Amino acid sequence: MKRFIGFIKKEFYHIFRDKRSLFILFGMPIAQIMLFGFAITNEINNVNIAILDHSKDETTKEIIHKIASSKYFTIAASILNETEIETAFKKGHVKAVLIFEKDFSKNLGKENNATVQVIADATDPNTANTISNYVSAILQNYQQQINVAVKTPYQIIPKTRMVFNPELKSVFMFVPGVMTIILMLVSAMMTSISITREKELGTMEILLVSPLKPFQVIIGKVVPYIFLSIINAIVIVLLGIFVFNMPVQGSYFLLAAESVLFIITSLSLGILISTVSASQQTAMMISLMALMLPTILLSGFIFPVSSMPLPLQIISNIVPAKWFIIILKGIMLKGVGIQFIWKSTLILVGMTLLFIGLSVKKYKIRLE
Amino acid sequence: MSISVQNISKTFKDKTALKNISFEVKEGELFGLIGPDGAGKTTLFRILTTLLFADSGTATVANFDAIDDYKKIRNNVGYMPGKFSLYQDLTVEENLEFFATIFGTTIEENYDLIKDIYVQIEPFKNRRAGKLSGGMKQKLALCCALIHKPKVLFLDEPTTGVDPVSRKEFWEMLKRLQTKGITMLVSTPYMDEAALCDRIALIQDGKILEIDTPQHIVKHYPKNIYNVSANNMYQLINSLKNYEHNYSVYPFGEFVHYSDKRNDFNPTDLKLYLEKQQLQNIQISKTAATIEDTFMELAK
Repeated sequence: MKRFIGFIKKEFYHIFRDKRSLFILFGMPIAQIMLFGFAITNEINNVNIAILDHSKDETTKEIIHKIASSKYFTIAASILNETEIETAFKKGHVKAVLIFEKDFSKNLGKENNATVQVIADATDPNTANTISNYVSAILQNYQQQINVAVKTPYQIIPKTRMVFNPELKSVFMFVPGVMTIILMLVSAMMTSISITREKELGTMEILLVSPLKPFQVIIGKVVPYIFLSIINAIVIVLLGIFVFNMPVQGSYFLLAAESVLFIITSLSLGILISTVSASQQTAMMISLMALMLPTILLSGFIFPVSSMPLPLQIISNIVPAKWFIIILKGIMLKGVGIQFIWKSTLILVGMTLLFIGLSVKKYKIRLE
Repeated sequence: MSISVQNISKTFKDKTALKNISFEVKEGELFGLIGPDGAGKTTLFRILTTLLFADSGTATVANFDAIDDYKKIRNNVGYMPGKFSLYQDLTVEENLEFFATIFGTTIEENYDLIKDIYVQIEPFKNRRAGKLSGGMKQKLALCCALIHKPKVLFLDEPTTGVDPVSRKEFWEMLKRLQTKGITMLVSTPYMDEAALCDRIALIQDGKILEIDTPQHIVKHYPKNIYNVSANNMYQLINSLKNYEHNYSVYPFGEFVHYSDKRNDFNPTDLKLYLEKQQLQNIQISKTAATIEDTFMELAK
């Protein structure tokens, strides 16, 4: 036991003396959560649009006013003719142009039919889509206002209610995602690098020749990172709660337990990586390619798994992050208990056991 | 026997590292493995420290079998690998303490063993190992390998990359350790260090060429050796190599070591020949064969 503690002490020296890694270790979660929370967002706010109003009558003025007073749009310019539209887009000042046809009000009154053209800059397809939806919604709303008296014989009115995230805040999606990435990165990459570093420096030879048992070396490598990852998880959850008002509906205890489980899954994956790579560089490359990309792309963090092609959906099942994100969203947003996430939990436990089993089998007590 | 190696062979993929090697090291002996890079020294060390399996043959260290009793060997040997670089970000004291701990001992317990060496690096005990000079690093590495009082000490090229003064000190330390009953197997590419061992094995391309004491091993050299010097070293070597009777020509410091094929060789003949080659200040004197000469001869 004394040997083991000595070994862990040494590991902490390594971590705390490497100022750069330490900075990355604790700076990255904060930077990422802030980035995802503030900068990368699917919501639109104060989008600059331009208006080309051919009729300039009462109705169009009212509509324009309605659009301008919404928090989504800012009217940045008025355009006088069609040729200016392209220039406006090319300059990039505006994301969309609204064109009201000639005699808008008259047409509406006489023919019960008037058109507004929405031209959106689709270099960013998501934003363009959202803009056109929002504009349609505002127009629809206006239409209902002027038609109060009239009763259409048939009408289907969808009444939507957004549950679990009524304000549709994208940060609620990012907090679980970032937490998953950070824990994966810290646990898997850092451990695999720290084990391969011993191989590279030749100190592994000494450790092998010493009476220290292989599992003591491995556990000793892992323990410090469990601590660091737990601290990271706490920092991320606190940031989510206090900076972004992210709710934690479910039990904190369950959240903590599941996080520790995922940390252990990642660590065992890190150990597995270190057993197959001979140098720190290989370990880093494998960690980045095999862990980071699937974690970001296939876990449902950014892109919903259900809209992926079938083969990718199948592959996504072997990404541990997918299951952890399901668990996190369940606990934090839906407030569910273990009875709803036992399946994902069990899958993570199974993966962990598999990784540990493989590592033990692959771990060499000799050099070849 | 402290170390016994019987018919050990080892092949990596397509390269044979060791071919049927056998030798024995007595208890308390300082045994040297002398050979160039790639001769198979490190592979042999790794087999003896149980880090590699031999393809065939048996080895025992401290009377434990290298395969069946590998755990016992690991408890009883000290190993200083060639590229051993310690933990650069730990201080001198922390490194030593770490190795003491993992071998289940303390610095105090075996302090007398490392005292002579440790006092030299003690003034720097709070310095990180990465900031030590090459000689200091080797001293620290030796302390770390010794801290658990091993019966057998394996030192793989301990003085490579170390300045001459530190090298000399290092060997003096090994000599002192020997008096404490520790068996040592040392490899080195430096022939001058070979002379300091009790016995040496000359090794090349995975084969042992000769095993003997440094004093006796030079007797394996079959010819008389002459120190030859002249005003132009380069031209001298070329001229000697072109001399039809030459047996061997090796530059050796300020001289060229020359031996002749003929048994009735007369240095005056050589001098006349060299003078004809426009060389001046020619001096030829008989000298004793060195281990290096012997090695070159055996490796032919």
